[in-house]
Amino acid sequence: MSLYTPLIANAPGGAGARAQAWVTKPMLVTLVLLATFPLWAEHVGLYQYLGIEVAVWMVYALGYNLLLGYTGLPAFGQGAFFGAGAYAYGLSYLHWGQNPYLSLLCGMLAGGAAAGLVGCLVAHRRGIYFALLTIACGQVFWFLAMKITSVTGGEDGLLNIHRPEALKDNVTLFYFVLVVLMLAIVLLWRLVHSPFGKALQAIRMNETRARFVGYNVWLTKWAAVTLSGAFAGLSGGLLAIGQESAYPDVMSVHSSGFIVMAVLIGGGTVSFWGPVLGALVFIVARDLLGALTETWLLWYGLLFMGVVLFQPEGIAGAFQHYRAKLAGRARNKAPPPTIAPEAENGSV
Amino acid sequence: MALFEARHLSKRFGDRVVLEDISLSFEKGQLSGIMGPNGAGKSTCFNVLTGHFPPDRGQVLLNGEDITGLSPRKIAQKGVARSFQIMSLFDELTVLENVLFAVPEMRRSGMNPFKSVAGDSASIDKAVKIVEQVGLAPNIDARSINLSYGQRRALEIAVALASEPRVLFLDEPTQGMGAEGRDRLLELILSLKRKFTIIMIEHDMDFLFRLADRVSVIHWGQVIAQGTPDELRSDPWVKRAKLGAPADA
Repeated sequence: MSLYTPLIANAPGGAGARAQAWVTKPMLVTLVLLATFPLWAEHVGLYQYLGIEVAVWMVYALGYNLLLGYTGLPAFGQGAFFGAGAYAYGLSYLHWGQNPYLSLLCGMLAGGAAAGLVGCLVAHRRGIYFALLTIACGQVFWFLAMKITSVTGGEDGLLNIHRPEALKDNVTLFYFVLVVLMLAIVLLWRLVHSPFGKALQAIRMNETRARFVGYNVWLTKWAAVTLSGAFAGLSGGLLAIGQESAYPDVMSVHSSGFIVMAVLIGGGTVSFWGPVLGALVFIVARDLLGALTETWLLWYGLLFMGVVLFQPEGIAGAFQHYRAKLAGRARNKAPPPTIAPEAENGSV
Repeated sequence: MALFEARHLSKRFGDRVVLEDISLSFEKGQLSGIMGPNGAGKSTCFNVLTGHFPPDRGQVLLNGEDITGLSPRKIAQKGVARSFQIMSLFDELTVLENVLFAVPEMRRSGMNPFKSVAGDSASIDKAVKIVEQVGLAPNIDARSINLSYGQRRALEIAVALASEPRVLFLDEPTQGMGAEGRDRLLELILSLKRKFTIIMIEHDMDFLFRLADRVSVIHWGQVIAQGTPDELRSDPWVKRAKLGAPADA
């Protein structure tokens, strides 16, 4: 099982066609399931605001998986860019004429710029060194957010970022976030199937080889860090709309760990859709477990350990195995090929 | 003028001198060999020529242009391709994809998200042709990790060919191969001879002498003999040292 969709020579249809498509079946399923959420959410004991957070985290997780899943770079400071996006949204919204779309763009640019800066320091590393450097860089941003009180509001955060009139109620805002999410999905789907996306995966598989084939490994990794930071910034801005505030807490190491856990549980290392599933499970688990017990993180952590031990490829991986099994069973049911007796004795 | 030239290369690691004032020149369209015993500095020489390490002193020239100390990527983009002694492929990828990734048009199309790899039929056709050229057509959709040893060697060469090299470096292509695989590889390299400028390290002397136009013998970090295979067979140095004779012979 792998994230990678193999390209089959001269075979129109199947994976090749899907890799060329702009809109695929799973996208439509996702759209339908999410778009109907406001209709059934309250009947199953959920509430409308939850949908916003789920969709925001889906954007965040999808962008993050560009690094973790596709390029194989374990970044542990992604929260910094998420937070940078939230602050940039809040500050530009408060100071520059309360235009939410412009402010979201600011959030996205701030996330991308912060990540671009960090990328300069980390793009020549991989593995554990990459992880450690991203933690350190993330901490710097978190520290700045805590200390520059006059700009960020320090520990209290940036408050009173009122929602714009057009996005006042939760359902409208949910649909707005959903539109952004679907755009992000289509864009990322195209990106991972473009030569750039393949270069990311080539670097994950064999960095040295990629270099000798002539790829600019440093620049490609830097671009991956920056792009995924821009998506984090965008989702941070969206969260700031939803929460009407921006907090330094999302930039801390443990918050940065959440996105890693969410993507891994969902199966980001084996599927494009892993981050979407992971974000769903994470936010819903946080809410349901959180309602039952204050120590919900303990139980979520145990769930995470269980997944890593028994199903390291996450939910999407389990799904893929299940499908492969079904396909195998279907093949076994087909009548066995008839073998001439002499061939049976003669061969092997 | 030689297509690829090394002038007075020196390289040391710590206080160990690995290359000492090596000068080599490779003519266009020829198949040149580098041989020598283990630890003679062959691989280091290769690594310096292809940009893996910069030399401490000396120059590397491609078509008269100084490429000393450029990064492996820059050197690759100038048309120098190499295979690796320790096989280095994209294991998860199929044969076709391994080759496709090395096709320059694919690489150059860069970050355009509106371009689809699966839709780039010109690059794919090119990759298919190269796969056929090295005899891997029946395995084109196999993941490279599932190939036999000899097939992986052939794929290594295919990946190097995909970048349309002006100079093709092959690092110990027969290493770890049985007699049958060796014969097939010999045929493959023969079929590429004259179409490409090939520089090959090899310590299997028979194999190298059947292919090469010229051979340079490296020992103790220096070029100790140079010439056509026939000249070298009678060279006292080569005879005495039995350089390149397989260990089990």
